Amino acid sequence: MSYSFWIILTGALVASSCALLGCFLVLRKMSMIGDAISHAVLPGIVIAFLISGSRSSLPMLIGAALVGVFTTFLIEFISKKAKMQNDAAIGLVFTFLFAVGIIMLTLFADKMDLDADCVLHGEILFIPLDILTTGTFVDIVPRKIWILFIVFIIVIIALRIGYKGFLITTFDPSYAVSVGISAVLWHYVLMTLVSLVTVVSFESVGAILVVAFLVVPAASAYLLTDNLVRMLLIAVGVGVLSSILGYFLAKWLDSSIPGSMTATLGILFLISFLLAPKYGLLPRKLLRKKA
Amino acid sequence: MRELLEFLSLSNANVRYVVLGVMLLGASTAVVGTFTFLRKKSLVGDAVAHSVLPGICLAFIFSQVRHPLVLLSGAFISGWLSILSIDFITKQSRIKADAAIAIVLTVFFGVGIMLLSYIQSTGNAAQSGIDHFLFGQAAALVGNDVIMLAIVCAVLVVVVWLLFKEFSILSFDADYAQSLGLPVRSIEFVLSTLTVIAIAVGIQAVGVVLMAAMLITPAAAARYWTNRLSVMLLLAAMFGALSGFFGSYISYSAPKMPTGPWVIIAVTFIAFISMTFAPERGFFFKWLSKKRKVNTTMDENILKIFFHLGEKEGDALTSRKIAQLQARRYFEESKMQASLKRLCRDGKVEEDEHGWKLTKVGVIESKRIAKLHRLWEMYMSKFLKIPADHVHEGAESLEHFFTPELEEMLEQELDFPETDPHDKPIPYTKTSVS
Repeated sequence: MSYSFWIILTGALVASSCALLGCFLVLRKMSMIGDAISHAVLPGIVIAFLISGSRSSLPMLIGAALVGVFTTFLIEFISKKAKMQNDAAIGLVFTFLFAVGIIMLTLFADKMDLDADCVLHGEILFIPLDILTTGTFVDIVPRKIWILFIVFIIVIIALRIGYKGFLITTFDPSYAVSVGISAVLWHYVLMTLVSLVTVVSFESVGAILVVAFLVVPAASAYLLTDNLVRMLLIAVGVGVLSSILGYFLAKWLDSSIPGSMTATLGILFLISFLLAPKYGLLPRKLLRKKA
Repeated sequence: MRELLEFLSLSNANVRYVVLGVMLLGASTAVVGTFTFLRKKSLVGDAVAHSVLPGICLAFIFSQVRHPLVLLSGAFISGWLSILSIDFITKQSRIKADAAIAIVLTVFFGVGIMLLSYIQSTGNAAQSGIDHFLFGQAAALVGNDVIMLAIVCAVLVVVVWLLFKEFSILSFDADYAQSLGLPVRSIEFVLSTLTVIAIAVGIQAVGVVLMAAMLITPAAAARYWTNRLSVMLLLAAMFGALSGFFGSYISYSAPKMPTGPWVIIAVTFIAFISMTFAPERGFFFKWLSKKRKVNTTMDENILKIFFHLGEKEGDALTSRKIAQLQARRYFEESKMQASLKRLCRDGKVEEDEHGWKLTKVGVIESKRIAKLHRLWEMYMSKFLKIPADHVHEGAESLEHFFTPELEEMLEQELDFPETDPHDKPIPYTKTSVS
């Protein structure tokens, strides 16, 4: 398999997991919580890295996912108990945790091969080079791709099993409570999944650009359909398309791959913002003129 | 230690510039950010901060110089564009504000990262400073930069001072501002412009990623201490300057450390302290006053036990053992001990060889509580038509919350009844009858 193929596949896997979860974030008006989690998992990643000495071990995933959930908990705590307005609570918590993460990175720079650049850009270029050495067919696929693939499967299984729970708690929380479905439980399940995906993706696309993959495909899909299943599928499609086009854009301009993938996402969003049949800007303007 | 002294003395001209510069940046972004905070636009601030990156990169690509004024203009333009984009997306489509903010933030930032990697690949020597905009590197500032930044900051503060009234009305009640005939849109425009400038300037110290915190966290911290906007602005500015000082000190003593994260740690620390210890709003004080209320409730219940026992036996001043009190109404022994000690300290109860007894003050106080309980029972049965056998529970909790004014009103409303619904006499004390 070629080098480019693995990079595009990495992007596509990140984009797919993110897009699926992002749909629920966008529908629940929680996009900025996704942003907060993706920044805030950094100290979790660094600590887990220091303990386990590697980037993609199980403790690392669990540790960082816990930090993600802790972040949402802390935001809620500050906004409810200390009565800080919600937007400020989000801003305060994630900037603080991210700052802690960056300082830890600088302090332990010599103890690990992880740096601020990796946090911002990701290191997608190195992913195809990291191959497992078991001597079986497993070695054909880069290590990180296995991990991203497993997480993708976990996301799909979780959404398949919890589809009803997510659906009802997203669209009608009060009805959910009345039929005995816990909105809090599904909230935290979603937050855990978002943290997990953010943690495995940060190395490929950087901690901040993960948010682009979470929100932009979902928002584009939201403009194109009213049906949740279709929205999920379209979002995945947009995500995958952007990782393919973004890769070639990056190659053409000789620029950062995740940056280019994000820029492509922006263009795809712009297209659906302008041209979406029912909710796009131009069709609505034309309709108004006719009427 | 010597390093700290050397730093504090500001004897080194370069250090002096950097420290003063960063403190000024911290203070002025905090002043402008206070309005961002009050208008609940914290996350828009975050988006603008990330969105200035492509502007800075483009300005650098076209001019090929790292002059702060050039980069500042680039930052300003793309920052403004991001505000307009967020507005446009939310107004012209079904996308909600949260998603619009996230989209603009990440796409602008992504493009910024793209341009940054392009600049790095061209290998221009002057570009070495460009990536300092990500996390801030105050130490990289030189004298002229600082002077220029200081001027911009001073302008920001002066504009806020001049338009203080307009800004505050807009922040607290935009509809009211409209009804006063204020040019709301223009004021909003000026305020947004100031915010973008503050962000564009501030990133020199803390970087684009953490700039949002520099903008809102000082204000969020200040909010816990005061209800007055002018005081809040002053406090926010102080917190901003203080954390700027701290951040630049760390950056000075450990040159590898980026300034931004340390400034943010300092300012968040201040916010946590405010959240916990500020009087009235703070966590700790709320907890304390709750605990105090629980204690006085307990004390009043104990006094009432004394009253009831005294009423039955016709002698209010008998000494009683804890077991006797518990026989009348059970509370845990340890809690009773603590409560009796508090009452003793307040001079309402005394300890002697037979146990505990009320003092004269204690007798009056115990009568007052019993009176309130019975008056309130009377009120509930007379005006709220609650049956006599159901009034006790409500009175039990409400008796602890009466102010003297309410007490007086209740007495007058009921016209000083002799007995309560259970035909028990209501014990008036001389003070309240007169």
